[in-house]
Amino acid sequence: MERLRSSEEFETLRQHLFSTIRPEIPMVVIPAGTCGQASGAEKLIRTAQREILAKKLQEKVFLRITGCHGFCEMEPSVLIEPYRTFYPELDADGMQRIIHALADGKMVEDLLYFDPSTGEKIEKQDDIPFFRHQSRLLLAKNEKVDPLNIYDYIKNGGYLAFSNVLKNIRPEAVIDEVKRSGLRGRGGAGFPTGMKWKFLADAENKNGKYIVCNADEGDPGAYMDRSLLEGNPHSIIEGMLIGAYATGTDSGVIYVRSEYPLAIKHLTVALKQARHTGLLGTDILGSGFGFDISIVKGAGAFVCGEETALMRSIEGRMGEPRQRPPFPVEKGIYGKPTLINNVETWANIPVIMTNGAEKYTGTGSINSGTKIFSLVGKIKNTGLVEVPMGTPIRKVLYEIGGGQADSTGIKAVQTGGPSGGCIPSSLFEMPISYESFAEAGSIIGSGGMIVMDENTCMIDVAKYFMNFLKDESCGKCFTCRKGTQRMHELLEDISSGKGTMEHLKLMEELAIVMKDTAMCGLGQTAPNPVLSTLKYFKDEYIAHIENKRCPAGVCKALIRFSINENCTGCGACARICPENVIMGEKKERHVIDSDRCSRCGACRSVCKFEAIDVI
Amino acid sequence: MITLTINGLKVQVEEGTTILEAARFLGFPIPTLCHQEGLSPYGACRLCVVEIGEEPKSKLVSSCTYPAEEGLVVRTGSKRVVNARKMIIELLLASCPQSKTIQDLASAYGVRRQRFRQEHEDCILCGLCVRMCSEQMMAKAIGFRGRGKERSVGTPFDVQPDVCRLCGGCMYICPACSLRCTYNEPDKAICNACANLNPPCIQKERFNDLMCYMSPCVACEIDH
Ligand SMILES: Cc1cc2nc3c(=O)[nH]c(=O)nc-3n(C[C@H](O)[C@H](O)[C@H](O)COP(=O)(O)O)c2cc1C
Ligand code: FES
Repeated sequence: MERLRSSEEFETLRQHLFSTIRPEIPMVVIPAGTCGQASGAEKLIRTAQREILAKKLQEKVFLRITGCHGFCEMEPSVLIEPYRTFYPELDADGMQRIIHALADGKMVEDLLYFDPSTGEKIEKQDDIPFFRHQSRLLLAKNEKVDPLNIYDYIKNGGYLAFSNVLKNIRPEAVIDEVKRSGLRGRGGAGFPTGMKWKFLADAENKNGKYIVCNADEGDPGAYMDRSLLEGNPHSIIEGMLIGAYATGTDSGVIYVRSEYPLAIKHLTVALKQARHTGLLGTDILGSGFGFDISIVKGAGAFVCGEETALMRSIEGRMGEPRQRPPFPVEKGIYGKPTLINNVETWANIPVIMTNGAEKYTGTGSINSGTKIFSLVGKIKNTGLVEVPMGTPIRKVLYEIGGGQADSTGIKAVQTGGPSGGCIPSSLFEMPISYESFAEAGSIIGSGGMIVMDENTCMIDVAKYFMNFLKDESCGKCFTCRKGTQRMHELLEDISSGKGTMEHLKLMEELAIVMKDTAMCGLGQTAPNPVLSTLKYFKDEYIAHIENKRCPAGVCKALIRFSINENCTGCGACARICPENVIMGEKKERHVIDSDRCSRCGACRSVCKFEAIDVI
Repeated sequence: MITLTINGLKVQVEEGTTILEAARFLGFPIPTLCHQEGLSPYGACRLCVVEIGEEPKSKLVSSCTYPAEEGLVVRTGSKRVVNARKMIIELLLASCPQSKTIQDLASAYGVRRQRFRQEHEDCILCGLCVRMCSEQMMAKAIGFRGRGKERSVGTPFDVQPDVCRLCGGCMYICPACSLRCTYNEPDKAICNACANLNPPCIQKERFNDLMCYMSPCVACEIDH
């Protein structure tokens, strides 16, 4: 393939690609992101390929392997275009039947999605509640494109926005458009993106500037950036191209977690294809504008996601944050002005430039646009959900998420990763926005949403995050390093029944000082998990301290297992007990020796008669 | 020149001056642990925090790294600052109670107790030794490694590197252990940095006319 030399040539290529589309032929779309592969998408792909070859269906059924579509709970799943039929949780056998049915123009009814709330089968993906209530500006594209094929992206309108910007729009006008769109950073702090771009455009530097895509996604339970990188890498490249043109930048870096091998592979291929096509490199589309992107693999530390640490890491030094000012736009990588945006922020840029800022602000109330959340934890439909800003949390949890996974109700949802906080169920009517979350003591952050039910101990949650932070703090600044360690120590005391009311007071004092004096965002937000659980679930703390009781039955030192009269004496618990401390005659009620019990809970998970209580 | 207000007093300083330098120029005391004239600012101990800006949007920053800005309003001894400092000193005492420097700080700020689990650490990771070694001694023999709880100071692979001239600068500048070093008994030495570095006097044959930073040097006293 020759490099494209002008926008006209690009248009010719587009028209040519359009002419190759054959919408009448059914297409089997298999999502095979990391999540899909883990649940067995590879097997479906192999089966589909084999079946198509064996039955010589190459001209009757097409196959497309894509990134994650979002409904991870139901993977491995398959989507049939253009009918949009959705088949969840398939096995090789089901795949085979679907291919055969497709060849005859039929549907396999018994494999369709079963809606537990209505008890009916649903045929089309867009009618399934999980999808119906979303606004999938970004995620919907993951269904349309094969990430390893740049032509797929172009066929779906890709790079058109960039080619148009390059030919017809002045850089300042691009920045104005982004400003008017009201887009704010999706990586954590929610800084207005247009404003950041303006700073970089205004920064003078003869030696060049940098733009960076922050793909270090380190929050436990968050994976939307990974899905975007894996499923649609070209949208990020296009976003960066537009950003580079608007700010007059010639080098770009994508800083990816090294734990995301598939994302790195797809990005590498995408960059290579973009260079071959003439959409990256020197003299792009004959305009004289040149820009190239390199990939830097992350150093495996959470703190490297912080922008100043990230820049040092790119330079090959230890990932340690430094004081701002000077801000990255003043003094960035190798001292050159640098702009850092999150993956999702970049992916939003082509959407804005294609549809215009007005349409974008029209999506979402309060803040503009959509936000992808990764919905995980004690919820029925785990997966990636994309909703307009301003959607109430309740809608995300109950209408899209399908409500609690077990019989116990949802107690709270933890948002924003380790820097965020817990939002209790009493605030679920709250609309999703940067401001409302901040008011509730949490943040949107990168978009993790961990759902918790009555079986979750909030002290345990706070302890988990504090443990994460104490290991991930870079250790340079004293209040962050020692503060997280001491906070973890205090939480450990409370969860093991050694806590006093003095502990709570000391925790609050320490939290204020950490927030005030830590240098970077990690330390400043580290007390949030503790503060927000203290704010909304103080009664749980008090139960641990005064009554030496863990209401959720989680903290091992404070609970005891006992067998009630439901016991039929089946002996299942005694067989599984690793400590051999459950005794009893056959067909008679068993007993547990509490002193020697390690509280692993194995007995409880095997008991079919709900005969084991936690007290 | 930049004009800023510190504790209500207007002061003019040159561009690039830090708040700490400006405040000290006016005579306002700000305690520091990881700052030393002649070494680059580092901002690790957070003792030097001051409050900048107007309430309610004011915030605390480390004065040793924060550059003076035009029109900046600074308070070096507000309640918020003092409370933060006291907590930092309490945390220091909880980890490193044997350091004379830290004991002095505690008594100066009236910190009489610490409420955490008592530890006895040898190093507060202020990084003075690391900067001393690389910036003044031009040796870069020691550095940081690890993160979080695992962070420590040491030489590469824990062996004495060739670039180390055994000047003792690292020990001289250490606020946590310099007064307790057992120079000629490295086994008993308490801070990670010097554990790997025998003082020069022990290896007189190799380093006879070295500049030695240790005074008083326990090793020399025993020798004489
Ligand atoms: C401890 C810490 C970790 C962070 N991790 C990430 C991350 O994994 N991904 C990310 O995009 N931003 C992360 N950030 C936020 C970045 O510093 C930065 O604000 C963001 O990348 C800016 O992009 P945006 O304006 O598009 O949001 C982190 C911040 C802190 C303090
Ligand atoms: S003296 Fe400023 S942070 Fe240590």
